Amino acid sequence: MNKFKLTYSRYSETSILVEWPQYIAPEILNDVLLFKNYLLKENSESIIQITNAYCSILITYGFNSVDIDAQIASLKSKYDSRQDLEIRAQKLWKIPACYDLCFGLDLEELSKAKKLSIPEIVRIHSEAIYTVYFIGFLPGFLYLGGLDQRLFMPRKKSPRPYIERGAVGIGGEQTGVYPIESPGGWNIIGNSPIAFFNPKAEQPCFARTGDCIRFVPVDLETHQEISSHVKNRTYKMESEVIDG
Amino acid sequence: MVEILKAGLYDSIQDLGRLGYQQFGVPISGTMDHYSRQLANAILGNQEDAAVLEFTLKAPRLKFHRTTAICITGMESQAKINEKPIENNTYVIVRKNDILSFGTRKLGCRGYLAVLGGFQSEKIMQSRSFYKSITEQQRLKTGDFINLSQIPIPFKRSNAVLKTPKAHFESVRIKVFKGIEFEMLGPDHQNKIFTTEFTVSTDSNRMAYQLDERFENSLEPIITSPVLPGTVQLTPSGQLMVLMRDCQTTGGYPRILQLSEMAINRLSQRIPGQIVQFELLKV
Repeated sequence: MNKFKLTYSRYSETSILVEWPQYIAPEILNDVLLFKNYLLKENSESIIQITNAYCSILITYGFNSVDIDAQIASLKSKYDSRQDLEIRAQKLWKIPACYDLCFGLDLEELSKAKKLSIPEIVRIHSEAIYTVYFIGFLPGFLYLGGLDQRLFMPRKKSPRPYIERGAVGIGGEQTGVYPIESPGGWNIIGNSPIAFFNPKAEQPCFARTGDCIRFVPVDLETHQEISSHVKNRTYKMESEVIDG
Repeated sequence: MVEILKAGLYDSIQDLGRLGYQQFGVPISGTMDHYSRQLANAILGNQEDAAVLEFTLKAPRLKFHRTTAICITGMESQAKINEKPIENNTYVIVRKNDILSFGTRKLGCRGYLAVLGGFQSEKIMQSRSFYKSITEQQRLKTGDFINLSQIPIPFKRSNAVLKTPKAHFESVRIKVFKGIEFEMLGPDHQNKIFTTEFTVSTDSNRMAYQLDERFENSLEPIITSPVLPGTVQLTPSGQLMVLMRDCQTTGGYPRILQLSEMAINRLSQRIPGQIVQFELLKV
């Protein structure tokens, strides 16, 4: 396993930012997660929170007087000397998505701009396997990597003031699902009936950083059926473990 | 219980916030001015995580439906029990049916009402802090009731009067560390950010304080990376945004400064139109 040259910086009085080379790539995410999981597994009492993004992790320590320089030195030696742990078995989640025009507000515009028929857009979007890089922006909003470049589409010039919960969108080189209603500038191509965020569950998001997801096209009727199962808490998410 | 007879401008229940859930995209939240919450809880002898009521610029009018003890800290706007003035930062016993009201604002932006044992609103992800999509309520409305703790008033209690320094409300200087992308600014800009006086915008809330003056720059956006309350982001259009307690967990704008923990508390007591100036802390 190749290691990268990392940068360690004081972020605040109680936190340190560790940065990998600044580009988005699966091998970077893999190393970010290996180091993050290593630190989590150590279960150091002084660390209260570790979050990651594409190529950085933020480590927050407990409130009382942290010696940031000493912690940076300790992080460096841990990264350089760590034994690689196995990444937690990754899961592939199957996410039902309805690409009906009643949800896909921007499908026609996307079709024109990309010179692809709507069925082709749906096929390309739902064939790909996306990797969850991290969760941010909104509670339960998954940052997904792996969008086919034929579907890259700039954000809308003026964001919509209201986007429905479950809306599946494309923003630049990214795709994702709005977990809650929100204003937003992404091009909306469909809707997923799944709950991406449940604040009362022990695990508020089913997916974790490093997991994969795939969209499974469903028709309007199935979307409604799943919706009511989700409402009654009788819907069972489908997933399989991916071989590493 | 406590009844909101008339809601203020923006009232919410807040505590330490939700540290540990940012990996799910959940904001930390919690009181904007942690110092004032800690002070109020300390005066009452509460646990550190006891939830308080935070109000902004205009305080609510409340009625107590049981006897308890309270303490008011933060924004100064003459508090009264049944129209009789009471002091901020003191231990005050209120009886069943007492009415707490406030006069006009004199100092500061955010006030805190702590009650013995803390407010007992729903606890989600180890916190009672209000946040849309996490708690049922985002803010308190006229007619709402909030549960109180059943803790009896202790026989022995503190009569300490702790004063909040005036600087807590009036300090123009906001102490900061260099942000992760600070070095992306050229030497002139690095100097200018500390010599410019900025005005707090009316577009300031629990998520972020915006500053009115544009700070021309040619910084490129960064690859989305974690952010924290107190992070100062600079957009390509020159907008400076100081992220506050309800901020998102990640962001894509250069992070040029980071407020100290105390500076976040103090900034949250500044009101739109007031001047702030960044001052670099030595590490």
